[in-house]
Amino acid sequence: IMCASAKYNTRGPALIPRMKTKHRIYYITLFSIVLLGLIATGIFQFWPHSIESSNDWTVEKRSVHDVPLVKLPADSPIPERGDLSCRMHTCFDVYRCGFNPKNKIKVYIYSLKKYVDEYGTSVSNTISREYNELLTAISDSEFYTDDVNRACLFVPSIDVLNQNALRIKETAQALAQLSRWDRGTNHLLFNMLPGGPPDYNTALDVPRDRALLAGGGFSTWTYRQGYDVSIPVYSPLSAEVDVPERGPGPRRYFILSSQMSLHPEYRSELEALQAENGESVLILDKCTNLSDGVPAVRKRCHRNQVFDYPQVLQESTFCVVLRDARLGQAVLSDVLQAGCVPVIIADSYILPFSEVLDWKRASVVIPEEKMPEMYSILQSVPQRQIEEMQRQARWFWEAYFRSMKAIALATLQIINDRIYPYAAISYEDWNDPPAVKWSSVSNPLFLPLIPPQSQGFTAIVLTYDRVESLFRVITEVSKVPSLSKLLVVWNNQNKNPPEGFCSKVTVVLSAKQRISSSLGNMFFLGCVPYQRIESDLCITVTLPSRSSLSHLSLQVWREFPDRLVGYPGRLHLWDHEMNKWKYESEWTNEVSMVLTGAAFYHKYFNYLYTYKMPGDIKNWVDAHMNCEDIAMNFLVANVTGKSVIKVTPRKKFKCPECTAIDGLSLDQTHMVERSECINKFASVFGTMPLKVVEHRADPVLYKDDFPEKLKSFPNIGSL
Amino acid sequence: MQTRKKYIFLTLLASWLLLFFFGGDQLRRFAFFSERKAESQRNWPHWTDQSFLKSFADPEELQSDGDPSVLSPQERRVAQLSIYKNSRCRMETCFDFSRCEKHGFRVFTYPRDRDQPISESYSKILTSIERSRYYTPNPEEACLFVLSIDTLDRDHLSGQYIHNVDEKIRGFPLWNSGRNHLIFNLYSGTWPNYTEDLGFDIGQAMLAKASFYTESFRPGFDISIPLFPKDHPQRGGERGWLYQDSVPPKKKYLLVFKGKRYLTGIGSGTRNALHHIHNGKDIISLTTCKHGKDWERHKDTRCDKDNVNYEKFDYQELLHNSTFCIVPRGRRLGSFRFLEALQAACIPVLLSDGWELPFAEAIDWGKAAVVGNERLLLQIPSAVRCIHPERVLAFQQQTQFLWDAYFSSVDKIVHTTLEIIKDRLLQHHSRSRFLWNTLPGGLLALPDFSTHLGDFPFYHLQRGSSPSKKFTAFIRATSTAGSLSQPILRLIQAVSGSQYCAQILVLWSCKKPPPPSGKWPQTTVPLTVIQGSSKVSDRFFPYAAIQTDAVLSLDEHTSLSTSEVDFAFVVWRSFPERIVGFSAQSHFWDTEQGRWGYTSKWTNKLSIILTTAAFYHRYYHSLFTEYLPVGLRELVDGLAACEDILMNMLVAAVTKLPPIKVAQRKQHKEAVPQQVGREDGDAGMPLASPAWSPPSHFSQQQDCLNQLVDWFGSMPLVSSQLRLDPVLFKDQVSILRKKYSHLDK
Repeated sequence: IMCASAKYNTRGPALIPRMKTKHRIYYITLFSIVLLGLIATGIFQFWPHSIESSNDWTVEKRSVHDVPLVKLPADSPIPERGDLSCRMHTCFDVYRCGFNPKNKIKVYIYSLKKYVDEYGTSVSNTISREYNELLTAISDSEFYTDDVNRACLFVPSIDVLNQNALRIKETAQALAQLSRWDRGTNHLLFNMLPGGPPDYNTALDVPRDRALLAGGGFSTWTYRQGYDVSIPVYSPLSAEVDVPERGPGPRRYFILSSQMSLHPEYRSELEALQAENGESVLILDKCTNLSDGVPAVRKRCHRNQVFDYPQVLQESTFCVVLRDARLGQAVLSDVLQAGCVPVIIADSYILPFSEVLDWKRASVVIPEEKMPEMYSILQSVPQRQIEEMQRQARWFWEAYFRSMKAIALATLQIINDRIYPYAAISYEDWNDPPAVKWSSVSNPLFLPLIPPQSQGFTAIVLTYDRVESLFRVITEVSKVPSLSKLLVVWNNQNKNPPEGFCSKVTVVLSAKQRISSSLGNMFFLGCVPYQRIESDLCITVTLPSRSSLSHLSLQVWREFPDRLVGYPGRLHLWDHEMNKWKYESEWTNEVSMVLTGAAFYHKYFNYLYTYKMPGDIKNWVDAHMNCEDIAMNFLVANVTGKSVIKVTPRKKFKCPECTAIDGLSLDQTHMVERSECINKFASVFGTMPLKVVEHRADPVLYKDDFPEKLKSFPNIGSL
Repeated sequence: MQTRKKYIFLTLLASWLLLFFFGGDQLRRFAFFSERKAESQRNWPHWTDQSFLKSFADPEELQSDGDPSVLSPQERRVAQLSIYKNSRCRMETCFDFSRCEKHGFRVFTYPRDRDQPISESYSKILTSIERSRYYTPNPEEACLFVLSIDTLDRDHLSGQYIHNVDEKIRGFPLWNSGRNHLIFNLYSGTWPNYTEDLGFDIGQAMLAKASFYTESFRPGFDISIPLFPKDHPQRGGERGWLYQDSVPPKKKYLLVFKGKRYLTGIGSGTRNALHHIHNGKDIISLTTCKHGKDWERHKDTRCDKDNVNYEKFDYQELLHNSTFCIVPRGRRLGSFRFLEALQAACIPVLLSDGWELPFAEAIDWGKAAVVGNERLLLQIPSAVRCIHPERVLAFQQQTQFLWDAYFSSVDKIVHTTLEIIKDRLLQHHSRSRFLWNTLPGGLLALPDFSTHLGDFPFYHLQRGSSPSKKFTAFIRATSTAGSLSQPILRLIQAVSGSQYCAQILVLWSCKKPPPPSGKWPQTTVPLTVIQGSSKVSDRFFPYAAIQTDAVLSLDEHTSLSTSEVDFAFVVWRSFPERIVGFSAQSHFWDTEQGRWGYTSKWTNKLSIILTTAAFYHRYYHSLFTEYLPVGLRELVDGLAACEDILMNMLVAAVTKLPPIKVAQRKQHKEAVPQQVGREDGDAGMPLASPAWSPPSHFSQQQDCLNQLVDWFGSMPLVSSQLRLDPVLFKDQVSILRKKYSHLDK
């Protein structure tokens, strides 16, 4: 609209030059400006921030101070103390969660209330900023339900994050009077700072009966494995200070300790380490002579040197996270944020989210008694592993420590995975940082198996209407002993297969008619034919095919069942002049694709081609009537991370052109098209998955001076 | 006219402004009111003053919760020792780490007492420990102790129950109230409650027990082991039943169960309900009441009908033909069924609430089994139906991997137990969960070698990394001449000519000292001489000097050309976990003699690549030296050309794949006969081509092969019928186009 009206304005005077209409032009201009303004206003008002702004006013504007007051009588019931033998199958009511196709638990949040005792003194701080963030995150997540009857998990709005900020007995009473409390069954409490002086229990002291506890600072004695969730102690600093990720590379210090209130015994041990190893160890402490206004929590000192905290953590390879009065320390979060590898010295501490996170990949755990050996232990960690650990540490922080939202959602997901274990998030998804997820492959056929020889294979022959050559191919293919089934994809919509088609072939033959004509059909075996492939091995044969199948290809496939095995081979090259990929069919020393003119591959890849081909590749193939084989090569290489295997054909031809099975591929335009396909697919996959190799599979005794009749694959590669 | 214009303009402007400030809000209200209001009220509110809320703890409190007046760390640790004992034992309170410091992780088994009967299973366990590389006969060196008293069956109604264990144990001077002891148990408690009671005081000993309840399991201290049958093989073990990955991964039945139905007593809750899910089509759940002596006394109306149905199906047939198998608790939590299903690639659906799964400290069971809930039995059919085929395929493969890696023999079960304990001793040198749950598994991935995944040959694809681009040539020189022979000089020239060669190491295994550095040929890459002993197994010692991933293992008599080396290395980079080399040999089953045979003749198959000219990953040096027991290495030192076979078997046992043979020049073979008539009498002399080796060597190789098979428990070697050649090898193309034209000649 903007554009059009602008044009009108400039053209206006030229089109209507008469003086009499001058007013009209004026009005029209004015009107269009106003109209424009209105539209702009409308867009401005509705569009960009409609979601936030709608919340502002639809959700009641209330203050935390306005929440209803609940008075707890002194004799109101107190729940039992936490039951240490609770496990999911004993204390958790799974019937509440039910079976649902989404495999998501439903979480209900009690509305916020202010609890006071008989004398009107409040039981605790109504709600902390962090607990409010946590509840907001849950209520915005897919776990949330507002229907208390459908809920599987209940989260009280009573804030117990910090045990020091509440009165234990009264908080317990407040919990007990929740409408669905029922001995705490299916209730989840979040606590980060458990225990209090002098003995600092490692779990929340508030009696809570059967309630699950998401706690920071569990020890192995208080943690009920498979029931409780160990969570981090959130560090609000991470919201305040932005510490950008730092790439791998040497850091100034090897070991750094930044904690302020270490027990003198620990501190003296650390200082002994420093005395022994000098500059590479830095032990920081509280600053004693800071000028007013400088927050003590943001500074650390070593003698007279002042350092910024948490930035200083980035200067070190390893950062010590020692237990204090509590096992869980907020400094762990700061250390991870800085991409510093935490050295955890806290015997019996259950690390955050240890049920799903593999801490061995992100941290070094050292027993307290081994502290004097810390330096040599850390020296034995290989440099490349340190870099991975730094990356891993940072990823843990970003995914699971960064905000109360991250902590809340990870906790709920862990509980969800226990209830729907068959839909649980995998180890890789929990632990692999995005960079690894992106570059790694998880081969769906990972088990090294050599399939039995007896199983045979299904041949898929694609034909348009060249019946003559079809029969020739069928005859040829059916000679191969291991053929168990022959599938002909009849690709002509306008013509029926010839009469008596089926009687001519000895093998079972299925003709699939009237699927839209496309080369991709060969792999598009979604509905009927996909199920018709009985054996796990497929071979495709394109017409016209001058090469013949050999038993050798079958053997090669058995030894490499997760790869495309075939011939002839093709190569992709980077064209430096054009700055793009180029298709190469010349005789080269390298191979990165095999044409599926005669290729063996696992049936699984048919399934993948049909259902898992990324982007619009299938449409592209259909539209261009070409490149289905390149697409298959991309797909297999991308999912397995492995190269193709080119096999020596049984017969060879003298001129390279003759072996080109895709008979069409002779002309230049074809080459251009094929190159275009490679570029298109590489952009859809976002990477070039094809692997270039310099080898080819031959029989062991290929071309060896050995009587041909004694070879298992005689006369291979003869002229 | 002018004013009118002005007014109109102003009015329009004003109305626009008005609309901007109020209208937008009004319109917005109109547009979103109806749909948003209902739910928004119940959502967690956005407090107007939420930005003023106080933090849950003030920053000072978070950064320093210390209170120096409380117990010092030392005092706290001492206090814990007295509190956390027996049922609350943990490694740091009940295990004496100092015992393991001097000699490392060594396991001692009490001498067996002739008068004391030992069950077959327990004797297998003891044998496994004695076969392990951690065994020590000297209690002084030991870090872990295992009793010779059979504690497997602690059901006092059982015939194998041993009485007065308490008394016997107290008589052992080494007992030390159970500290650093490991007690194995398969059955505890008895009818009717089958409690965890062992009938004697285990004190502070660790318990490796089947059917562990999570409630009594001491995390990080005890170990849950699987229940295995009496005839479970000592070593090797049968392979899994999955021979190929089928797509779709469905079998004839979806879900099966065939077993006892308990009408009363513990475990009857689940066993008595299993028949409900039977649908006669894809879900077969058969139960029988026939068990125990007086089953007819308790029988209910279903029993007779059930018993008839029960006989119609064969357990083994069901196991083979089902995608999922229900593994419910019996009287105890674990059952033989679990391992049976695992082997059969029938995905276990566990209905055994509160069972601490076998080796759960290491194994991620979520990848291989469906951990169901006894209370939700009726949801199981729909739940397993919903599992995506791709996940089913992954599950099936994982069952096979786990079976083969940790469960298929008593050796594997016991060694896994020991490795888990060993990992606890040196946390920073322990396996991550990734290593335990990825091929080839924790027993074959040694954390002593490295804790960095990229240093192993197995994980490059999963980590998105690749093996290093250079190799180390490792030449073992054995000539007695004391000077450098022509072949070794030629070899050094050829190898150092490779663009991928990082360094050359010469292992000087002769009695005479190596020639001075001036005598060695000038090479572009560094050449280092290591003084070795005359033992053949020295060849596979993990020398610190080997820095690259790839090792090109050579013999001084090997003749290779630079392009052969280049090509083989390029191939190896595609298969870093395998041995890639030139001279191949093959094994076969000799039906006449009823033993394994060995041939070096030209055959259509190959399963062994001689390490006199082969690329492999340097990790295999560590595995060879550290994983294999000393006895095996001594055997190799005593027999001719046996180290090749052992190395190949080891790699095949790890990868389950054949080695790779690559193209070589014809001349190479013709050169072989000249090498044979060497006069050095070293029996362990690796020969470039045993095709021409004297008959005595040949029979020694046969012996070696069979003795090694005996140690592995099965034949790990896998045959291949292929050779990898350069793409244009022997093709009718101009020689100028060929990169490895030299190989064609």
